[in-house]
Amino acid sequence: MKLKLTTLALGALMAAGPAMADLVFPSLSYRTGPYAAGGIPFADGYADYFTLVNERDGGIGGVKARVIECETGYNTEKGVECYESTKGEGALVYQPLSTGITYQLIPKTAADGIPLHTMGYGRTSAANGKVFGNVFNYPANYWDGASGIITYLLDSNGGDIKGKKIALLYHNSAYGKEPIRTLEELSKKHGFELSTLPVDHPGQEQKSQWLQIRRDRPDYVVMWGWGVMNQVAIQEAANVRFPMENFIGVWWSGAEHDVLSAGAKADGYKAVTFHNVGRDFPVFDDIQTYVVDKGLAAGAGDQIGNVLYNRGMYAAMLAVEAAKTAQEIHGVADITPAMMRDGMEALEMPEARMSALGMPYFGPSFNVSCENHGGPGLVGMTQWDADTKTWSLISDFQKTDTSVIQPLIEADSASYAEENKIGGRCN
Amino acid sequence: MFYREAGDFKVSYQDDSQTFPIKFDRYRYYAVLAVAFLVIPFVINDYWANAILLPFLIYSIAAIGLNILVGYCGQVSLGTGGFMAVGAYAVYKLMTAFPEVSMFIHVLLAGGITALVCVAFGLPSLRIKGFYLAVATLAAQFFLVWLFNRVPWFYNYSASGQINAPERDVFGIVITGPNAASWATYFFCLIFLTLCAIVARNLTRGTTGRTWMAIRDMDIAAEIIGVNPLKAKLTAFAVSGFFIGISGALFFAVYLGAVEVGEAFGINKSFLVLFMVIIGGLGSIFGSFAGAAFLVLLPVVLKVIGVDMMGWPTDIVAHFQLVIVGALIVFFLIVEPHGLAQLWRVAKEKLRLWPFPH
Repeated sequence: MKLKLTTLALGALMAAGPAMADLVFPSLSYRTGPYAAGGIPFADGYADYFTLVNERDGGIGGVKARVIECETGYNTEKGVECYESTKGEGALVYQPLSTGITYQLIPKTAADGIPLHTMGYGRTSAANGKVFGNVFNYPANYWDGASGIITYLLDSNGGDIKGKKIALLYHNSAYGKEPIRTLEELSKKHGFELSTLPVDHPGQEQKSQWLQIRRDRPDYVVMWGWGVMNQVAIQEAANVRFPMENFIGVWWSGAEHDVLSAGAKADGYKAVTFHNVGRDFPVFDDIQTYVVDKGLAAGAGDQIGNVLYNRGMYAAMLAVEAAKTAQEIHGVADITPAMMRDGMEALEMPEARMSALGMPYFGPSFNVSCENHGGPGLVGMTQWDADTKTWSLISDFQKTDTSVIQPLIEADSASYAEENKIGGRCN
Repeated sequence: MFYREAGDFKVSYQDDSQTFPIKFDRYRYYAVLAVAFLVIPFVINDYWANAILLPFLIYSIAAIGLNILVGYCGQVSLGTGGFMAVGAYAVYKLMTAFPEVSMFIHVLLAGGITALVCVAFGLPSLRIKGFYLAVATLAAQFFLVWLFNRVPWFYNYSASGQINAPERDVFGIVITGPNAASWATYFFCLIFLTLCAIVARNLTRGTTGRTWMAIRDMDIAAEIIGVNPLKAKLTAFAVSGFFIGISGALFFAVYLGAVEVGEAFGINKSFLVLFMVIIGGLGSIFGSFAGAAFLVLLPVVLKVIGVDMMGWPTDIVAHFQLVIVGALIVFFLIVEPHGLAQLWRVAKEKLRLWPFPH
């Protein structure tokens, strides 16, 4: 009953006016469950960057940022509970780090007018800002990832992969199925043979898939995995002696914890990425001084510099910069979700801006526009070195095949617009 | 003092065999209905609807359905998640194929389709019993999830394999989709739950229910006294499937809005509903409600206490949740193996004798 009264009071407060003292960034994290290994570093990075901004700069434009963490366990039902319990607090942007929860939040956030940023996951066709007004997936999406892998293979094979066999090992869920259509189109275009191998949640059981890989001997294996599935797959690849340099994961299959358990055998494993890796950035000194040394680090503080920590931090940085842009556009410090949306749509992220933030060349330079919520889709390639236990960027952030991706985005978003009777924007 | 028959005279058999023969009990039941129908819809907000009440109502329907099969007819089933998925995909196909038809009819049809599927998977129960039947229904669980993942027709060939509930209405009131008002979704589920509970209650105390219970208690003896096991078992599967199908349809269309079969209707869902039935009380309609409330509310209450009030880290609270829920399940099963419904019965008996217990 008491809870009911407080929620009612909160609702009344919200209705009364946006007299909020701080900028609220909910973090729908998962520190438990089969996907916790990936969820923890991301959530730590996300929270630590906001702490840094509060401690070093005194907030965003003078207003403190407040991160409300809510545990979803990668479970859609808990995700709904988290969304409903945090949206009344004046949440500016949601980043659920789960494709399943994203699909649920796309219509809900549209109805509530809160922006949703799904960086490198979620519904790929949300890149079409004409249909998805409040969903953003810059700087890159799954189809960029798929195309980026194929572009990399083209480059390393002298531009010709005709007749090569490529197997896609994917998490049998909405997330894992996303790249299939793009890869099919690309296989038509470049003449490689594509085979798909689904792995069921949570992904511990992959013996039969690797048996098939051993039998079919594909030239390359591409993986769309997450959580424990990655570790198992890399271990299995080592067991069947599949050459690691021909095994390429998407960015959700390329973090330290994925490869460490396979030890030296994982050496040479690759993964695409849309942001830089490692600890050699000035921003980490600030995080050390202002966050870790003060004892304010989220979680255990042992994840700093990990791939997914960097990604969480990058997501937070983009959110902070979008909030700053929104403050500039509207001339108020205390922004609302609708203003935040405008800020995200007008976000510009040139190299100079990243350098000024102590993150030189941390991600690709990009601009968001009303039509394009997905950024330019530049992706790079990283490789794991088991001796030094580090990931390193082995190729530049490169262009992906927009001639294949753009028609797919148009078609998928058009069908969403038709299902939900959405007229076009940006005219 | 409470729950006393003294002075409560019945003059017809009908009065004597009604669901709540004691006046106090009956009025309490009317009061609960009145609050649920007349008060809650006016004070409800999004959080209460989507985080607490909708899952409670929907899981209650599923628990009633499973209770008919497991608690009344004694046929162990681990296929609840799969059957809920049938309801969800049936309502999705119906919603997208016939957008102009009322959601009310779609949900009922989805229940009917699930009943047919459930009967098909119930056929082996005529030959196998107990653990072996559990394994057969487990096969149904895995087969159905695999089927909905594998055959693109079920998810209308969408790229991701997800199904999304488009906006649909009942008499012009939007029930599904993001623009549905919380009171409308609540009311819609409440009507289904009330109907299901009344139907279940009346089925279980009539001839059908008696044949189910005869089969549960000793199937050979039941057969000897003239119960047709084919009819009894298959009707139990059909009725159970109908309720579970309705709950699956509501779960997808009204509550979540977007569903991925492996994640939402996996084996965990089967266990969750089975735990609800066991903790609530096998063979009791009230037990289905109690079990659903226990397993839906407890995690939310623990989260509110741990995170919002005490300010503990979310992961610690999430781990504690597992420990506390697990410990409470063990505790209840040791202290009261017949579930929360039995606790309620004992409490009523105590109140009846109070203040002069012998």
